[in-house]
Amino acid sequence: MGLFLNIVVDGVAYGMILFMIAVGLSVTMGLMRVVNLAHGGFAMIGGALAHVFGTQMGLGFGLTLLLALAGTIAIALPLERVIYRRVYGFGELQQVLATIGLTFLMIATVNWWLGSTLLAVAMPEILNQSVDLGFRTLPAHRIAVIGLGLSVTLGLWILIDRTRFGVRLRAAVDNRAIASAHGINTDRIYMITFGLGAGLAALGGIMGAELLPIDAYYPLRYMVLFLIVVAVGGMGSILGSFLAAIGLGLLETATRYLVPDLSTITFFALVIALLAMRPQGLLGRE
Amino acid sequence: MAGLEVRGLTKNFGGLVVSEDIDFDLRPGDRKALIGPNGAGKSTFANLVTGILEPSSGTIHFDGRDIGRLGEARRVKLGIAKTFQVTTLFPKLTVRENLRLPVLERENRGFRMLRRADGDPKVEAEVEALMAQFDLSKLADRQVANLAYGQQRLVELALTLALKPRVLILDEPAAGVPSGETHLITDAIANLPANLAVLVIEHDMDLVFKVAQSIVVLVQGRILTEGTPREIAADAKVRELYLGGGHG
Amino acid sequence: MRNLIAPLALILLGVALFFLFPYNLAFATRIVIMVILVLSLDLVLGYAGIPTLGQGAMYGAGAYAAGLFAIHIWADPFAGLIAGALAGAILALISGFVLMRASGLTLIMLTIAVASICHEIANRARGVTGGADGLRGIRMDPVFGIFEFDFIGVTGYWYTFGVAALVFAFLVILVRSPFGLGLRGIHESPDRMMAIGAPVYWRRLAAYVVGGAIAGIAGALTAQISQLVSLETFAFALSAEAMIMLILGGMGRLYGAAIGTVVFMWVHHTAAANDPFNWLFVIGAMVLAVVFFLPSGLISLPAAVTRLIKGGRNGGA
Repeated sequence: MGLFLNIVVDGVAYGMILFMIAVGLSVTMGLMRVVNLAHGGFAMIGGALAHVFGTQMGLGFGLTLLLALAGTIAIALPLERVIYRRVYGFGELQQVLATIGLTFLMIATVNWWLGSTLLAVAMPEILNQSVDLGFRTLPAHRIAVIGLGLSVTLGLWILIDRTRFGVRLRAAVDNRAIASAHGINTDRIYMITFGLGAGLAALGGIMGAELLPIDAYYPLRYMVLFLIVVAVGGMGSILGSFLAAIGLGLLETATRYLVPDLSTITFFALVIALLAMRPQGLLGRE
Repeated sequence: MAGLEVRGLTKNFGGLVVSEDIDFDLRPGDRKALIGPNGAGKSTFANLVTGILEPSSGTIHFDGRDIGRLGEARRVKLGIAKTFQVTTLFPKLTVRENLRLPVLERENRGFRMLRRADGDPKVEAEVEALMAQFDLSKLADRQVANLAYGQQRLVELALTLALKPRVLILDEPAAGVPSGETHLITDAIANLPANLAVLVIEHDMDLVFKVAQSIVVLVQGRILTEGTPREIAADAKVRELYLGGGHG
Repeated sequence: MRNLIAPLALILLGVALFFLFPYNLAFATRIVIMVILVLSLDLVLGYAGIPTLGQGAMYGAGAYAAGLFAIHIWADPFAGLIAGALAGAILALISGFVLMRASGLTLIMLTIAVASICHEIANRARGVTGGADGLRGIRMDPVFGIFEFDFIGVTGYWYTFGVAALVFAFLVILVRSPFGLGLRGIHESPDRMMAIGAPVYWRRLAAYVVGGAIAGIAGALTAQISQLVSLETFAFALSAEAMIMLILGGMGRLYGAAIGTVVFMWVHHTAAANDPFNWLFVIGAMVLAVVFFLPSGLISLPAAVTRLIKGGRNGGA
């Protein structure tokens, strides 16, 4: 029972992190049809900035988080305007290459600036404690991550489902040409979505630093993982990404607890089997 | 029985019925046309016959053989070929290469790895003859992407005939072709081998009346009526559909 | 006569490499091996249009197979190449059954995943593969029973070069064959290929297997020449770099693959020698420059320059 609870709590927390990082990737892929291999780079940039503001400069956690998110978005938006906007029109392969090139530049920049060592992100004291639930104690960090993940999901749902921006975003995902023809400013939607996705990735990167440690090679190391979430969930589907992230988080955690020697192999084998049966992912369209 | 025999063919996507209980025959030498308003299910019907889609129920027989569950490639091998509504060719290959490919496929040479693709004089002679037939010889070494749309249509027709089909389905052969060039298409269809069974799916009534001996009218996935061009032109229901229906 | 210019130039390039790096034949050999890997990718990606970031999986399989074969069964170099080719082909066949059903992003991701699985298996099967320490103790017999592998690497270079020339010649024949033309057809329009009765799935699978065998040969050469197989053979970076070399040179053209590899490896060598830490800056900038300004690769450079001089400004992005 204790093991089961551990797997569930760790798995769901891990899944929430994956969701925060990957959801922006899924939406940009569904919306702009761009294969963005550099997306994990924004999680790394967030983590690296949090390391600089929090650990090196010793700012408080709240301020650090705010500055790191703002900094990541401030980097992402110009990139969208200068690089990505041109990449949208490219073929799949050129997109892959361009974003690999961008990934390499991000890695090189962080490597040059902060070195190739682990970049510790200090969590506030309260998150390092345990929470006593009466029958069990759980790490506060996991609970906070799950709570944060749920709030992000709820916030996204309200944004997509209940606001004018959401209506336009969904219209643009469904059919870019028609959305443009109806006077929706797709350029602005792209930019806002991209910035939002990068910001969420940074949030996931910072909060998940304990599970996915930040260093210069982060974007390459976890690239497959983030792509898997998107592919399993179905490109462009937020709910799909959520289900996939939680499912994969549980799966990976379970295999790591239950078959530690074969966890990676089991994980990949199950993912490949799933995608062989449903190439478009859980909630993706044909 | 020779030719294509469709009985009770039905296709639904989820709850939407796009083809309903269609009976249809196409014999060697037939020149039939399938007409109907947008969304009547004309292309769906073509895709069911060629195997791109699988029917929900009903049967398709070709020369007495049940082909309803065969894949697209298998049906092509049996002799059912189609042209696409939007020209679908190999844009970066030359006209010659575009025609060489179907000949090689028809002869089942597609897996040969160690011989030159252009090394068989018989294949080359056939390709040359096809180009001559469609007046494409001068364009032989041009990339298809650089041809006028009307010419691309001809290349697609030639490519499809290279398969030596016995049933030919032409999905809106004149769509997108400038009116000045439609005669190229009509002439080419008029010159098709006499024993070939031809089904033309078309919007352009002029073209339909020029090439078809018999016309099938499809509305909302069902066959409304079938008759000679003269009968169809005089049919009150069809007139209403095309003249009174707003869009056509 | 004109048909001979390009192959002669390529042979000259091979000879030139030998004399350009007399004290670093290991590097020259590595370039030639990479040319073989990139050629295999050109068949799969450039001709058949199968986007993959996992060609390293077959390369690594070939390397481990050839290494194990030499240690446990027979140390003859050519037998080892066959073992490597078989391993690459079998892995491509097994993974291809699933991969060739997917397309686009899913396919790219699954190819990365296959390489990751291989990496993990090689890492875990420590008793067989040596795990993270790598597979050591590979000692090859002389080539043809005559030419010993020497310390300077002269035999190794010419042996590798000879194999590369054979692979290149095979591919030249292959891409001009009906099969090769069919692959270009599938790349251009899978729908049209289906509509002329071609079994597109099996054709792509066949191309993937042939490409896998060639990648396996490249891996086998690495194992034989460096007498070591490391986990790095399965690394994502290798597959990504191979793709970059291909696009840099120009895909769908065998000579482009060769040129791209030589240029990339040379730039890599120079940049890494000057500043090993910031090599990724160079490669990243290079990749972006190629994608934005030279989408058809270096092989199109002469035409691009001509256009630029004649037509003023209408190139670029």
